[in-house]
Amino acid sequence: MQRIETAMIEKAKALLSSGEVTRVLGWKKGELGYDVEPCVFKSEESLKDFCYNVFCGANLSKYLVEESKKEGKILVFLKPCDSYSFNQLIKEHRINKENVYTVGVECQGKVDPYKLKENGIEMVDSAVETVDTVTVKGKEFKKEEIILGKCLTCTKKPLSYDDIISFNEKREPVLDRFETVKKLEAMTADERYAFWKDQLSNCIRCNACRNVCPACTCTKCVFDNDNSGIASKANSDSFEEKLFHIIRAFHVAGRCTDCGECSRVCPQHIPLHLLNRKFISDIDRLYGEYQAGEDTDSKGPLTNYTTGDVDPSDVFGGNN
Amino acid sequence: MQEMNNEKRPLIVAFCCNWCSYAGADLAGSSRLSYPADVKIIRVPCSCRVNPMFILKAFQRGADGVIICGCHPGDCHYTTGNYYARRRMSLLFSMLDYLGIERERTRVEWVSAAEGAKFSAVMNDFASKVAALGENKRLEDLRCKE
Repeated sequence: MQRIETAMIEKAKALLSSGEVTRVLGWKKGELGYDVEPCVFKSEESLKDFCYNVFCGANLSKYLVEESKKEGKILVFLKPCDSYSFNQLIKEHRINKENVYTVGVECQGKVDPYKLKENGIEMVDSAVETVDTVTVKGKEFKKEEIILGKCLTCTKKPLSYDDIISFNEKREPVLDRFETVKKLEAMTADERYAFWKDQLSNCIRCNACRNVCPACTCTKCVFDNDNSGIASKANSDSFEEKLFHIIRAFHVAGRCTDCGECSRVCPQHIPLHLLNRKFISDIDRLYGEYQAGEDTDSKGPLTNYTTGDVDPSDVFGGNN
Repeated sequence: MQEMNNEKRPLIVAFCCNWCSYAGADLAGSSRLSYPADVKIIRVPCSCRVNPMFILKAFQRGADGVIICGCHPGDCHYTTGNYYARRRMSLLFSMLDYLGIERERTRVEWVSAAEGAKFSAVMNDFASKVAALGENKRLEDLRCKE
């Protein structure tokens, strides 16, 4: 898997030296191998810190909202799931496509450092990847055991690139992405309430889920209003965390590509993607299957309607 | 919350569109049709003016049930507003149900300006269902309680 990193660096160097791009958006090694962070590289020399490995889970598309407004073209590497977010942002006119050179890169699933931690492995500096396994500190893991939740259900295919670097076929998803949503739907209202109360009470309102979400690109967010009473977490009550998470998910309903970044970055491990997936599954069920980000010109389900749409009272099967 | 004969009365917020449902409520009144005084009407230009945040905020401030009334699909004063509202509310109410909030606390009804009788019947029915559920505990905000 070292091969792909080398090919990406070569590509970046070639484009930088030819002057076609002035910057490169990619992933940078942290202090340790698994502290990978998104970074804009401005010169060929700075690319020595560039990396692409099993820890590069971060979605780079959102950075382009700011970066594509600047002078000069930027090269960006997009994994299959990132390319859906990229397309969606193009559709919403948030990215200036003329200023972006996209290169698709293969992805065989990215490792979740928290899952490694559960297996007693920390302070990881490097990992050896094959198509089905990852070896960390001499211990071999099956991909299913340690990859991110979003990768277990990934069905994304690479979309609309200027160029593509790929040596291996994509892995098939291990799980059905609506499995947990269906399980929750089958519970009673009391059980669901208990489940979500338990989960959402862990929320510390760090806003990481909002900040990382490629669909959340408002310059002024409703939750940044200090007078709203919901700009931060109050100790006295659990209302504002419910409101925050309902509204956060609602504001991206129909635009969420299911990239799973919200759950990946949550420091409290709240399964936030389950809220987004509920909207996706409802949209699929009520208004026909829809994958946000699959194209750049279709109308989203919430900016569209048909005269025969189901009535809100019939959404639960008429027993409301 | 009002106390009446030592019995808690539910508080119901009804968002009514200016062109149909608000006029329907008016007709119910001028036709001397009764509906519970627990229903507080908020007039909005169109059912699609109702932001999901309004509904959650109503619950936060002590509402036990929220109902949205608009023109019948196809009859919107702005041609298509209620079609968009219909999709949004379907998704939002389904989400509230997913979080375990009782589904009888939310409702959408289409009431035209000529349907005073329907308005009164809908409000009577909704108020009795919400009263049967009791106080809204799952979406309350203790900071807003007296």
